[in-house]
Amino acid sequence: MSGFHFYTKLDQTVLLGIQARNVRGLLENLKQVPDSSIYHHTHRFLQQHHYLSPEPPNDFAYWVTNILGDTTLGEQLWSVDIVQFQSIADLRGKFLSLLEAYLAFGERRIDCPEGTEFHFMASRIFVFSTNRVAHDLSEFAEMLGMVSINSVYYHIFDAKLRLQRGENDFSRWLRSLGETELAEAIKSMDPYSHTLEGLRKGIIALVKHYV
Amino acid sequence: MSDLEDYVPIVGQATVGELFLLARQLQGKVIQNINSTAVGGGVAEILSRMIPLLKQLDVDARWDVIKGDEKFFFTTKKFHNGLHGVPVEISDDEYRHFIEINRQNAQELTFGDILFVHDPQPIALIEKRQEFGKQWIWRCHIDFSNPNPQIWQFLEQFIIRYNAAVFSAPAFARKLAVPQILIAPSIDPLSDKNKELPEEVIDSVFKRFKIDRSRPVVTQISRFDYLKDPLGVIKAYQLAKQYCDMQLVLAGGGATDDPEGPLIMERVRQEAEKDNDIFVLFLPPASDIEINALQRGSTVILQKSLREGFGLTVTEALWKAKPTIAGAVGGIPLQIAHKYSGILSHSIEGTAHWIRQLINEPQYARRLGANGKEHVRNNFLITRHIKDYLLLFISLFHAGDVVYL
Repeated sequence: MSGFHFYTKLDQTVLLGIQARNVRGLLENLKQVPDSSIYHHTHRFLQQHHYLSPEPPNDFAYWVTNILGDTTLGEQLWSVDIVQFQSIADLRGKFLSLLEAYLAFGERRIDCPEGTEFHFMASRIFVFSTNRVAHDLSEFAEMLGMVSINSVYYHIFDAKLRLQRGENDFSRWLRSLGETELAEAIKSMDPYSHTLEGLRKGIIALVKHYV
Repeated sequence: MSDLEDYVPIVGQATVGELFLLARQLQGKVIQNINSTAVGGGVAEILSRMIPLLKQLDVDARWDVIKGDEKFFFTTKKFHNGLHGVPVEISDDEYRHFIEINRQNAQELTFGDILFVHDPQPIALIEKRQEFGKQWIWRCHIDFSNPNPQIWQFLEQFIIRYNAAVFSAPAFARKLAVPQILIAPSIDPLSDKNKELPEEVIDSVFKRFKIDRSRPVVTQISRFDYLKDPLGVIKAYQLAKQYCDMQLVLAGGGATDDPEGPLIMERVRQEAEKDNDIFVLFLPPASDIEINALQRGSTVILQKSLREGFGLTVTEALWKAKPTIAGAVGGIPLQIAHKYSGILSHSIEGTAHWIRQLINEPQYARRLGANGKEHVRNNFLITRHIKDYLLLFISLFHAGDVVYL
């Protein structure tokens, strides 16, 4: 039986020098920015404000709602259920279809005030080992409580969507141990509706139940 | 001097541990910071804290300060104002002198493996790249969102020769052929300006300046520079004071490369003489404890900037869990999510409105302050800044969106 190797990751934010002033600009640029930009704008709020709200918005929804003042479109963008998507290409497609549908009803061109443009960014991630390896459920629960929140983030969010491993790393490992029920229980948690610390505590509690 | 272990109770063991793991990637590399002032201003302040911490991580970080004459710094001050959108004229002779001073400094410097050049003053050192090679990064600490086209054109010829450019806020990014990285600056929670203070210390500072802590205190800490709009702050205070009792504190100093500070200070003093509840404090450079105490003892903190680099005084206020009202300029919107972790204002009237709200609704004000502090803990402390710089240096040697170290 192989152990679970805890990795962690740190992000570098890249400025693309591309900006949008209205919904049309958002749509056109969304078509061309790299996948790492879509990932950045759908996960940045979660990382930076993870203490604030268990259900943080994506940057597109935040900007359309708070800067353009379009609460209807903002709500549609807000409610994109990221957990349902297996790839960034699909996720991008969803945002594009919402924006195209909105514009198909007639161009409501509202420009944002100067200085509040949507600035497209992207993220590079640097992955490295924490040097912690868990060999059983008990060690796993203990180490999960000790690693940084970035490690939890990497194994849950990056693993599934950015690295397209199909599911989170914890469930994959537990499945390999024959802990299918526990693996499914973690997989079925909606990580986007927890704070990151809440998610960590929830997983540890689940694992301890099976120790 | 702080020890990295001292940050563990603030940010956690795992966060500090990650810095040590990252730093191993830079063994054997000399990282040389170059700027134009050893004291005063945010750049010198952060470098003086960061270099010793990088050394504790076993990173060979160094810091050189270029020398310049009065004409050079007068020109770079004009650069500074022009980049902030103020109309300025710079002559060909001044541009030539600027390059000449850079060349003179280049003769005296020994270059490391990674040259980390801060702000426009030493930007032309990049001319040495052809001679020495190395990795060059230009770090822009100032608001670049609406630069004077002539100055931008002059600087761009140098920027495009760097390996990467670093900006403090998304709005500062330009269409450039070199990679642009976002790195927000940071504060040090253990510095005199930000560490916890006993109530007696806060009391004694207020007593010394004859400010009454039993009444609401609204404070703006910043240089007496018109871009910080101290006169607008006074107007907002006057509007708000029609409805609730308060005192106003305007406190700050001037960086060594800012010749305009005393002039603005004088205009503010004249305005303030009309009201005994306005306290104008011109603080000398070694006033960190006083600034800390003034922030901690205030009811509401303002930063009504018209232009701003990142706005570290906002970070300082948020870290002290203070309800903060700040102009939505430069890097301030990165720090304040409106109505969650503070208030973003766009006008004198709006600022006055929110001053009244926060004084009259202390529970709401406390919630804003608590969220602001958490946001700073997660995103704007020096440990995060060190992480970003380590990643920046490491990234020069790797390609791709996902890098396995």
